[in-house]
Amino acid sequence: MNILVCVKQVPGSNNVEVDPATGVLKRNGIQSKINPYDLYGIETALCLAEQYGGNVDCITMGPPQAKAVINETIAMGASHGAVLSDRKFAGADVLATAYTLSQGIQKFGEYDLIICGKQTTDGDTAQVGAEISEYLSIPNVSNVLSIDEIKDGHIYVTASLDDKNVKMRVSLPCLISVDADINTPRLPSYKIKKNISDNAVEFFSFNDFDDQDEKHYGLAGSATQVERIFPPEKNDNKYSISGTSDEQATAIFELLRTKKMI
Amino acid sequence: MGKLIINKNLVTEEKALSLIKICPFNAITYKDGSLDITSACKMCKMCVKKGQGLVDFIEDDVKEIDKSLWRGVCVYADCSGGKIHKVTLELLGKARELANVIDHPVYAIAIGTNLDECANELLRFGADKVFVYDDPAFADFRIEPYTSAFCDFIDKFKPSSILVGATNLGRQLAPRVAARCRTGLTADCTVLEMKKNTDLVQIRPAFGGNIMAQIITPATRPQFCTVRYKVFTEPTPMDNPTGKIVNMTVTDKMTMSAIDVIKSFAKPKDIDIAEADVIVAVGRGAASDAIRQQAEALANMLGGVVACTRPLVEENIFDAKHQIGLSGRTVKPKLIICLGISGAVQFAAGMKSSDCIVAVNTCNTAPIFDIAHYCVVGDVAEILPKLINKIKGE
Repeated sequence: MNILVCVKQVPGSNNVEVDPATGVLKRNGIQSKINPYDLYGIETALCLAEQYGGNVDCITMGPPQAKAVINETIAMGASHGAVLSDRKFAGADVLATAYTLSQGIQKFGEYDLIICGKQTTDGDTAQVGAEISEYLSIPNVSNVLSIDEIKDGHIYVTASLDDKNVKMRVSLPCLISVDADINTPRLPSYKIKKNISDNAVEFFSFNDFDDQDEKHYGLAGSATQVERIFPPEKNDNKYSISGTSDEQATAIFELLRTKKMI
Repeated sequence: MGKLIINKNLVTEEKALSLIKICPFNAITYKDGSLDITSACKMCKMCVKKGQGLVDFIEDDVKEIDKSLWRGVCVYADCSGGKIHKVTLELLGKARELANVIDHPVYAIAIGTNLDECANELLRFGADKVFVYDDPAFADFRIEPYTSAFCDFIDKFKPSSILVGATNLGRQLAPRVAARCRTGLTADCTVLEMKKNTDLVQIRPAFGGNIMAQIITPATRPQFCTVRYKVFTEPTPMDNPTGKIVNMTVTDKMTMSAIDVIKSFAKPKDIDIAEADVIVAVGRGAASDAIRQQAEALANMLGGVVACTRPLVEENIFDAKHQIGLSGRTVKPKLIICLGISGAVQFAAGMKSSDCIVAVNTCNTAPIFDIAHYCVVGDVAEILPKLINKIKGE
């Protein structure tokens, strides 16, 4: 059983703001972390490998510093990791990101199961996993709540589908996206982290891929285009309720009464 | 679509260092007199706008497609289980607005089984044509057959824009279909507009920050977006619809799948914050046990439910079902009282279309006050017990 987990490095905080005067994005801290939703995917993979034998690898796309999140996954128990990094990949939307990852996955190894987290905390799209599966021509199931069994080349999963839960049998290889709360991710081992060997993480750039058409990657390979970015609109139709806490409580109370809420 | 070029002859150390500060993604480096853009670049082009000419954006020749060959604003009708998800109806209302700008028809595509009733309802809610793929093989949602049917429709009818509800089903189906069409997909749009040239303007929170991005799909068709439930408003149904139902042929090849559904079962009934008329929402500034209990008491008094922001779910104070925002639920209650919530854009995107927003926060510059209708700058811990006492005294 070879399992690959797709992970992403995300900003440590979401407090990016636009300076209203200059229109420049303000940076508040530059720390970054592994996307919290990916931890559930890694834990799922590690548990399956423990139960059924096999390897867990991880893959990410990002700047060279994204190696840090791969190291994190190795400290949790993954064997190897790949970082897809190239300026040609910059500015990628969902389509180009998924395509780049699918190219990288095919270079990195052969996998029975690919696991993604539910979504990232910076993009929040929850779309890349499904697009990767399309490029790899394998079935995919999102919102997986539990993995019930792996048997005879099939994986049995329970997934959440809006108003119902569905038990499914899916033939391998396939891609699944796991929901948060599917498990409790383990903590990384400090001991492993200190001793990660240099060849545990492999770097891939555009030149390593089969598809050598630059137009399929990064901004050039993106179908969507950001026309402009702007601060969220403000609501001008607003009232201030000031005074002592007592006066404020009274004002809210009166408001609730006018609105017939009480 | 283009790339960034550094004008090396203009680079001075001073300019380079100020350029590094301009980049919000730390993607510019200056080492040994050489200015470079790294792969951390997100192509926000801030360096082009503010970089004193150091960086230029070179537009590639984009292969123009004939956009007039693509007609119609199409809504994917989420009707798994034979019932239309209400987000579909909201999207039909928006599709009509968008289609009117460019004089296009409104389409709906329905995939499932026993869809007669659904198809008629789609007509009542404004579809000019409802394309139906009805087959027992579509009884359960399985990704490959649904994708095949969807793509069959796109091949044959070439819709210009496709709106998909961001249900669990829609979030799997839309990316899979968009990837097969090699076209763009924008998730969780909060505003949609139509340009005269049929480009769909898609606006959503972006870059994980307090920023909105306006996104278009300039050179491919169809243009795909997903929209959450309760973002747009359900239109009034027509008594005598004039649209037509088109039954589509389902082939064996279309229904092939590597997935077998063993069984499906109803989810245990849970609190659904999206359906509540009144919500008392708590954030980091109201996370103490005492305030939380008071918030619940207030919610009970108002016949509402308690909801929260993402940090409180991450800290295991609340179950994820209570979370409002882009990674939680979108809500549109008659009244939402936000206690100790700063109002990050991810949260705001999930509740800002609420009818009445009351916000209590100690910090008068909190972004929540930008969207609130009633702004209360004060301490939740002091105001909340007094408010509860007043309601009790009623």
